[in-house]
Amino acid sequence: MTTITNNKIAFIDGSRLITEACVQAGAEVFVGYPITPANLLYSYSNQRFPVMMAAPDEITTLQWMTGYSALGKLPVTATAFPGYALMIESINMAMMMELPMVIILVQRLGPATGTATSGAQGDINGVNGTISGGFKIPTFCISNLQDCWELTAKAVEAAVRLRTPVVLLSSKEMVMTQMSFDLSGLSNIEKVAWKMHEDTQEYKTYATDEQLIPAFLPVTQNKHQVRFTASTHDQSGILQNTSPEALNNSTRLKTKLDLHINAYLFYSYDAEKGAETIVFSFDITAQASREAVLLLRQEGHKVSLLIAKTLFPIPEIYPQILSNYKKIVVAEENLDGQYKHLLFGSHPGSHIKSVNAFGRMIQPEEIMEEVKNNG
Amino acid sequence: MDKNFLVDSKALPFCKGCTHTSVAQSTERALQKLGYDPLDVIFVTDIGCHGIIDKSLKSHTVHGLHGRSVALASGIAAGLAKDSGKKVIVFIGDGGATIGMQHLLVAAHHNFPMTVVVHNNMLYGMTGGQPSEFTPEGFNTPTSPNRSAMGAIDMVRLMEGVGAAYVSRISGIGDLSNELADAFAQPGFSLIEVMEICTSYGVKSNPGMKLRQVIESSGLQLSKHTNDRAEAPHQNFESFSSSLITEKLIITKEFEPIKKGTVRILLSGSAGEGIQSAAEFLAKTAMLSGLYATKKGHYPVTVGVGFSAAEVIISDEPIFYTGSTKPDFMVITSQDGLDYAMPRIKKSDRSTIILDQSLTLPETKSVIKLTDLRAKTGSRNAAMLSVFHLVRKFGILSEASLLTAYSRNKLSAKVPIETFLE
Repeated sequence: MTTITNNKIAFIDGSRLITEACVQAGAEVFVGYPITPANLLYSYSNQRFPVMMAAPDEITTLQWMTGYSALGKLPVTATAFPGYALMIESINMAMMMELPMVIILVQRLGPATGTATSGAQGDINGVNGTISGGFKIPTFCISNLQDCWELTAKAVEAAVRLRTPVVLLSSKEMVMTQMSFDLSGLSNIEKVAWKMHEDTQEYKTYATDEQLIPAFLPVTQNKHQVRFTASTHDQSGILQNTSPEALNNSTRLKTKLDLHINAYLFYSYDAEKGAETIVFSFDITAQASREAVLLLRQEGHKVSLLIAKTLFPIPEIYPQILSNYKKIVVAEENLDGQYKHLLFGSHPGSHIKSVNAFGRMIQPEEIMEEVKNNG
Repeated sequence: MDKNFLVDSKALPFCKGCTHTSVAQSTERALQKLGYDPLDVIFVTDIGCHGIIDKSLKSHTVHGLHGRSVALASGIAAGLAKDSGKKVIVFIGDGGATIGMQHLLVAAHHNFPMTVVVHNNMLYGMTGGQPSEFTPEGFNTPTSPNRSAMGAIDMVRLMEGVGAAYVSRISGIGDLSNELADAFAQPGFSLIEVMEICTSYGVKSNPGMKLRQVIESSGLQLSKHTNDRAEAPHQNFESFSSSLITEKLIITKEFEPIKKGTVRILLSGSAGEGIQSAAEFLAKTAMLSGLYATKKGHYPVTVGVGFSAAEVIISDEPIFYTGSTKPDFMVITSQDGLDYAMPRIKKSDRSTIILDQSLTLPETKSVIKLTDLRAKTGSRNAAMLSVFHLVRKFGILSEASLLTAYSRNKLSAKVPIETFLE
């Protein structure tokens, strides 16, 4: 019997850890509009954040957040897809303005209002397609309570350092289910500092060095003029149509991520020597996958496990790892495997197997069965 | 310091004769009268002809989405430090005010410290002259040559309705700087609606019609209304409360577990029976014996009615998957709970089903135990009674751990433990 002997065990839900990690990493304002199943995040944030704003809808939420971000105050919100859908144009705006923020998206069963109290992993395509033109926003996906802490802090850091909205993706059971959890494993989180413009000379809001990330100045200082704009703009933040400088500035938003995303590459790869099969998963189904792989190995099967935590931009390492296996079992709680299709196209090869569920959690037994299936 | 707010007040990017030009020039004069420096002012501009003013301004500029400028400015204004000396000004058109009408109402309602200047030229000028909700009766546009019956929404009355601290409507003829300065000088929210005629579309669609005529025939009054409002409280970004992760959350092992392996339990009943709290209590009781525990809730979106169910897993091994499709025990306290659990009851063949004696026996291959889960304690404590029954009758955890856990549960202050000890 391996009962817990450590004396820092708490009975805790993910929302509590996420909220605390946000604040410790430097988030200062939570703007919220209530929606199931993100309401725990709202109520914890109401307790914990220095400033809490109850917005009248999700469009306003994102607009207020962008206003705070223009002051240098890092905003956070939590929502589900119906709210996220309303936010999308404003997320495009904040991305174009390069104003950081964290949007916690708690997936629930759709389409439309669907079943608010049932979990899902159905928003992968939605998040992937958030930004018009093929741009991405960094998207991190929580796979257990430890991630609620560490990955949340990294999400805040990525937002501030890369000056971009970031999505922290999760789902109902991941943020609401309570679990015994060892608090002594929580690492220290340092507050993330904004990279400020320090020269006394010229300042252009969107001028960058080779790191491609502009230095920040809030609209409250009176040394340099600051211009934030959602329209195609030059380095000064002045609207331009399609001048080379302005188009270069827009495409920089992609190359900026390309250059830096490897600093925010998070995944867990548990490779078994001699395994020809790998289970690939993320979010709440990562937990069923972990259990399935554990049980399969106890039964003598050789199987590896890859849990994705950085979802977008899709890291190159995932297809590289997966290409080493003859059989790939992708487990995700949606109709037919949204992330699978993003990785392998609309008609994946026959060695790509899918375990999906709609309106319920995927069980470890289903993953085990697919791994053992010779077909 | 340079006190000019406009790069060149004679070279503004608007059509010849457009009132947007005089709004911009008058804004500069108004801010100069009030003693602001250009970088004390944050202009938030909307989409529409007026929004191309940004490049002509020497102040900070923020240019967002159509109709959302007031909400964007609200975030900036709400977060300004006390005595910041900054002034937030929104430039928006009647089209933007239409699409973002709620943002205007909310900003006025909150009394965010900012001024909204509505350039009301009574149509969408940038897209070909379509009507907005502020197109007045008798005023034609290219796409609504006979649109006259409905009339315009009266923005001033709308603002008054939500308690705006300051709202005025002025005619956009001549120098507007005194009226604008009056609005800018307000400590809280102010809105000033400037009536204009679009030289490109308004004039062509209404030959010979003068702005004064439009205002008079529309019934819109040129007026000013103030409301003595308290300033919105300034936000303190240093007001951190204590951590959500505290020692109070820690549950230390005090007892020995009495069962090996994993036990999966489904508690299923009705809202109001304390199902979720009892399930949490059960999990925490297990943790007193050093066991791993999880608790997952199920309920409809309604609060206070319908089913309420919780899955609890107790194990001497770490738990990854927190679902429980084949529970070892299903404890059913009510008909709602029975209905919810029925698919699992039908499928199960190795569960023990503990059912309140008032319920009809379901068809199943599992063992059913009928007992009183409600009559003695009432429905409010049915779930807690169920947990006591489960733990004691089936020896899932030690009695001592159960009694200790209850003594620390807030329910113990209201309901004596004897209630649950048959």
